[in-house]
Amino acid sequence: MHPILSRLNRLGLYLLAWIPIAALLAYLMAVTGGMTEREAISMSLPLCLIYAFVCLSAWYSCRAIPSGGSTIGRLLEVHVAAALVASGLWILCAELLAYVFTEMSLFQGLTDRLSRTIPILLGTGVILYLFSVCFYYVLLAVEASQEAEARAMEARVFARDAELRALKAQVNPHFLFNSLNSISALTTSDAAKAREMCVLLGDFLRRTLGLGEKSTIPLAEEMSLIHAFLAVEKIRFGARFRMEENIAKEALEMDVPPLLLQPLVENAVTHGIANLVEGGWVRLDALCQNGVLSIVVENTFDPDAPPRRQKNGMGLLNVRQRLEARYGDHSSFNVKAEGGRFSVSITLPAERGGRAR
Amino acid sequence: MNSQKDRKIRTVIVDDEELARQVIRELLSPHPEIEVVGECANGFEAVKIAAEKKPDLIFLDIQMPKLDGFEVLELIGTEKAIIFVTAYDSYAIRAFEVHAVDYLLKPFGAARFEAALERAKQRLDSKSPFAAVPAAELAATARPPAQYLERIPVRDGTQVFIIPVSKLDFAEAQDDYVALSTEGKKHLKQQPISSLEVALDPSRFLRIHRSYIVNLERVAKVEPYGKDSHMAVLRNGVQLPVSRAGYARLRAFLDR
Repeated sequence: MHPILSRLNRLGLYLLAWIPIAALLAYLMAVTGGMTEREAISMSLPLCLIYAFVCLSAWYSCRAIPSGGSTIGRLLEVHVAAALVASGLWILCAELLAYVFTEMSLFQGLTDRLSRTIPILLGTGVILYLFSVCFYYVLLAVEASQEAEARAMEARVFARDAELRALKAQVNPHFLFNSLNSISALTTSDAAKAREMCVLLGDFLRRTLGLGEKSTIPLAEEMSLIHAFLAVEKIRFGARFRMEENIAKEALEMDVPPLLLQPLVENAVTHGIANLVEGGWVRLDALCQNGVLSIVVENTFDPDAPPRRQKNGMGLLNVRQRLEARYGDHSSFNVKAEGGRFSVSITLPAERGGRAR
Repeated sequence: MNSQKDRKIRTVIVDDEELARQVIRELLSPHPEIEVVGECANGFEAVKIAAEKKPDLIFLDIQMPKLDGFEVLELIGTEKAIIFVTAYDSYAIRAFEVHAVDYLLKPFGAARFEAALERAKQRLDSKSPFAAVPAAELAATARPPAQYLERIPVRDGTQVFIIPVSKLDFAEAQDDYVALSTEGKKHLKQQPISSLEVALDPSRFLRIHRSYIVNLERVAKVEPYGKDSHMAVLRNGVQLPVSRAGYARLRAFLDR
């Protein structure tokens, strides 16, 4: 879309801007060609109107040859050549006009006086054309930077979106339903335990709700969330699973995005332990080294477990996307499954209180 | 009708969570006509109990260790009344496709449970068995689209074998059964060969004959046999007949 031609009011403004140019040209023609005021104005007004439209065409060549894509020499070469051609055509127009005026006996000997102004016309034509080229390049640069800004904005919105989606998906409704079912079982057999489970479940939910608004939390806080989650699952699975933790003291103080590890532990329980008749274990290791926080969640699983008819791996995918959106290349995410053990290893920058260390 | 009433409904509860079984047990306790003959916590045991105790009604969890609820149903057949019990509502449609009596979503209350039990009793009272279609075929139709079979559960008496499809050499139709050949052994399964064919990944398995499906990875060569038929020779030396249509399909596959 042409920035000026596409809007009528812009075109009007643009043509208005040409009126002082026409006046200036008339003055130059009068001085150098010895034309009368009337002659000079009758020539310069139609000529400027024509040239205003010729200069509009510079937009297309500017767009075709982006300023960043070629050398200055090449740009000059192309546009000066174009300016000379445009200017030459313009002079032809001027001569035609002068001829017509003479033939119509409006002005006598105008063609002679015009020939004296040709160098001025040529110079003005080239300068005006090159000026519009510069104008369009500036316009294009502004447009490009606006576009880049819009893109960056879009990327930010997308990252934020991904994060929100991830958070929403992370409190697994099935965990909730199964827990409620356990509570419903306990109400008649062991009322005290049912109450305990309600409290634990409430505790876990409250923690997850509060976390959504924070951008990072200390690992220690994420761990206590995991403990709240496991306390509920322990009642469901009884003696079927063990949790081992091996977390460096320093790592506990580091910042992690909230609900980053809980889905990994939940995954380990629902896809790993839940499928093992004899039960199994989940282990969480975390340590800090050279400014990198590495965390490994490992669990036992049954390689011969029934294939999931449910879309699984959503939890894993969310964790990976969140890491990527937030830390990009400064994070890593690896999944390994072999010999009845499933492990997810992640690394992220070791930061404390929002600052790198 | 009377004899039906006198007889107790033999019931089995299958769920990997003790507390989940407890709820069902409790809700069944006011019903003298129900006799809980067994409980178990995984798919293998479910198949075993179903074969030994011959229950009329099974409360079946879907996600369990070893075999999931649909696989269990595939192995024990559809003569029994099945009530699926699960926290996953996305299975509901498939549960009815495999002719389950009802589908209980955890957590459920007494009223909903009673309704399911009532439906089960009606189903058991009606003389005709609910499905003349083999369970395996139903299970195959209930498979989500664009997802092919990864493993085939087979039952021999009370024992369950899991055959990963990568280990299946070929399948042969034998009346109402298919014989699945894997690692030199044959396992019989009640399923028409056509329903097995659609459940298998067509880029890995091909119907080369009215009675045969072959694992394409196992085919060593195809030789002419007789006037216008062919013979597929597998890596382990087994020879399988290839029909004319089967040969065309095989050619189309090899030319790709």
